[in-house]
Amino acid sequence: MSVDMSQFYQTFFEESFEGLDIMESGLLGLDVGAADAETINTVFRAAHSIKGGSATFGFTVVAEFTHLMETLLDEMRDGVRMVTEESVDYLLKSVDCLREMLTAVQNESELNETFVNEVKAGLERLLHGEDAQNDQSNESAEESEVAGSIEGWQIEFKPSDYLLKTGNDPVRILSELALLGSIETECSTENLPLFSDFDPETIYLSWNIKLDGDIPKEKVSEVFAWVEDDADITLTCIGGSAEQAEETTPEEVAEVDVEEPAKADEKVEAEVDSVPTTSAEPNKAEAQNTSPDKKDSPAPAKKVAPKKPAKDQGSIRVSIDKVDDLINMVGELVITQSMLGQMGETIDSASIEKLQDGLAQLERNTRELQESVMRIRMLPISFAFQRFPRMVRDLSHQLGKEIDLVLLGEQTELDKTVMEKIGDPLVHLVRNSVDHGIESPDEREANGKPRNGTVELNAFHQGGNIVIEITDDGKGIDKEVIFSKAVEKGIVNENDSLTDEQIYDLIFSPGFSTAAVVSDVSGRGVGMDVVKRNIRELGGNIEVKSEKGMGSTITIRLPLTLAILDGQLVRVGKDTYIIPLISIIESLQVNKDQISSIGGQAELYKLRDDYVPVIRLYETFGLVPDSTELSDGLIVIVEGDGSQSGLFVDDLLGQQQVVIKSLDTNFRPVEGISGATILGDGTVALILDIAGLINLSRQAREHAA
Amino acid sequence: MAKILAVDDSASMRQMVSFTLKGAGHDVQEACDGVEALKIAQTGAFDLVLTDINMPNMDGVTLIRELRALPAYKFTPMLTLTTESGTDKKMEGKQAGATGWIVKPFSPDQLLTTIKKVLG
Repeated sequence: MSVDMSQFYQTFFEESFEGLDIMESGLLGLDVGAADAETINTVFRAAHSIKGGSATFGFTVVAEFTHLMETLLDEMRDGVRMVTEESVDYLLKSVDCLREMLTAVQNESELNETFVNEVKAGLERLLHGEDAQNDQSNESAEESEVAGSIEGWQIEFKPSDYLLKTGNDPVRILSELALLGSIETECSTENLPLFSDFDPETIYLSWNIKLDGDIPKEKVSEVFAWVEDDADITLTCIGGSAEQAEETTPEEVAEVDVEEPAKADEKVEAEVDSVPTTSAEPNKAEAQNTSPDKKDSPAPAKKVAPKKPAKDQGSIRVSIDKVDDLINMVGELVITQSMLGQMGETIDSASIEKLQDGLAQLERNTRELQESVMRIRMLPISFAFQRFPRMVRDLSHQLGKEIDLVLLGEQTELDKTVMEKIGDPLVHLVRNSVDHGIESPDEREANGKPRNGTVELNAFHQGGNIVIEITDDGKGIDKEVIFSKAVEKGIVNENDSLTDEQIYDLIFSPGFSTAAVVSDVSGRGVGMDVVKRNIRELGGNIEVKSEKGMGSTITIRLPLTLAILDGQLVRVGKDTYIIPLISIIESLQVNKDQISSIGGQAELYKLRDDYVPVIRLYETFGLVPDSTELSDGLIVIVEGDGSQSGLFVDDLLGQQQVVIKSLDTNFRPVEGISGATILGDGTVALILDIAGLINLSRQAREHAA
Repeated sequence: MAKILAVDDSASMRQMVSFTLKGAGHDVQEACDGVEALKIAQTGAFDLVLTDINMPNMDGVTLIRELRALPAYKFTPMLTLTTESGTDKKMEGKQAGATGWIVKPFSPDQLLTTIKKVLG
């Protein structure tokens, strides 16, 4: 039977990468000296699975490498080897290496062999110093004995009385033997008890078997391999060299061992002699036979070649619960639909109410269904968090700091796409906290703080958003330093008076860096602005709070999903636009007295103590409004990118959840518009990009001024 | 056709074993650890149990010991899937009541040959 092993590769890679993550977090959690047995076991199991899988699927290089890790872990597990800092470091490095190897195998790309060999050599050194090779050569020498001219075997087989209870059955063993050659059996019934004493679950019989044919001893032993401890077995060679006889009961082992070494030499010679004759044919066969399920065929990697490199086929693992929910929901939907269908056949005025109920139910079902489908894309944020323990560990080593990382809310779910895009910004922020935030242990001590700094990552849901907080108890952000730096860089004017928030916001300006020494870790001045841009692209925002000497908190707010959005529908002339609900602060009718205009161009609306610039949407988009008089329409106060604006619209329509269709992919990017959606009546409505819009009008104002 | 329970915490191994056995016409149920296997085993009779040794929650050796203690599994063939390095594990499995073992890595053909030994 030929099985195409490549169909299992994808699963194997997925579970192996998962296994690597498990190993990594397990290793990071190991306390040197007092390692938790269960954690070691978990790490061991992951390595073991990867090894088993890679060997089975023909990734020999990976299997060999993992074998070393497994052996090391096994010794730790059995308590033979101490868990030292050095070994954990090496295992972590091996995890990296293995990840690289698997990626290379998966993408069929070149493997960095220097790195692999280096780590491998390190593992080997750790494992057994120099005597590694010897063991193996011994084993293979012992392995096979080549039969000379064997005419057959005389086998005494006396099973223990409990043999059946191991699931073995003498009958099957005898028929197995019969496959090797013709057999004559003689059954000894001398131990059979009286029928009244007979226990049907016990074996009373034993056999004397004569097996004819030139059959190597291993073949015969193999048949009995599973029962050799549960039976007395004696093999006697008929013909050939007589002393090849005994494979025996445990009691006799000692004797046999003594004899064995003396014979070893002869047998090796015999083996050498017979090699040329036997090896010629198999080689030929191998050349022709490239059947895919051959155990160590070198082909597997190439077999997938026609497919595209499999890196990430964008599959996600979905828990059964979610799928069940979905199926359940679709069931409900079908019921409602059939109810409505039935009603449609006999509709009269009396059933209008029922129809309305039915439609309401349909709406509810549909919404629930939509939510469930969305949830399929949701993954716990631990996927994004899991890289941090390792990163913080490495960084703090590198920087000579002592840092505890606390992860909270790891089970908080968010959309897979959002997760992928938030990964890099988070890395950057955590690096910053570790590098700039946390002080050196001595400095901390001098300031009366514990030597260990703490960086905390927390994620939770709030409204329709996910909030991620990165908190450190480091030295905090020095407002004066930031301000003078910003002045120096010409980002702000010396005389500007800025609020605290505005000052903190300066760190997100392009080209801003306050690190006294540009370290390897961070402080190149690229980054924070990119971080902010990435987060904004996701429709989120970022904000900094800090107290000098006490630490800083960076808060990121992101939409749970990029696929839908809660929107406020507004009307401008004949067109409908959608404002993301998250960015709306309030909507109000305009009191003319509160409008002041500057330079005849920019209009400001006095909102309590603030002045908010007014953006006339019809001007921005070149439309004909109902009225150009501000008091005739409404102003929607929105906030984007930290600043507020008032959008002038003709009317507010309803609020609804809209499915976002990308303009970039379906048309092209348009400034001030983040996407489009299709409304209930089939018309297309554009979704406003508030931050972009504010920028746009700012540029227009500056242009005009 | 035999009813076979395949237990392994590795999804790819499970897939491979299950695919091979189903391809040979057997009826296969899968479990990802000893606990799940034990639960499934109690809901029906199986002609053969194939189990990995190293698994979370309940390992293969414990699973075999537990199954052997059940009247329905007194004589059922149970094979462990073990690695060549696991000589101790082979014996541990045997002592717990395993019928025999299959050494990893194995090819689909080797798997089918081996189970023929116990399915008679």
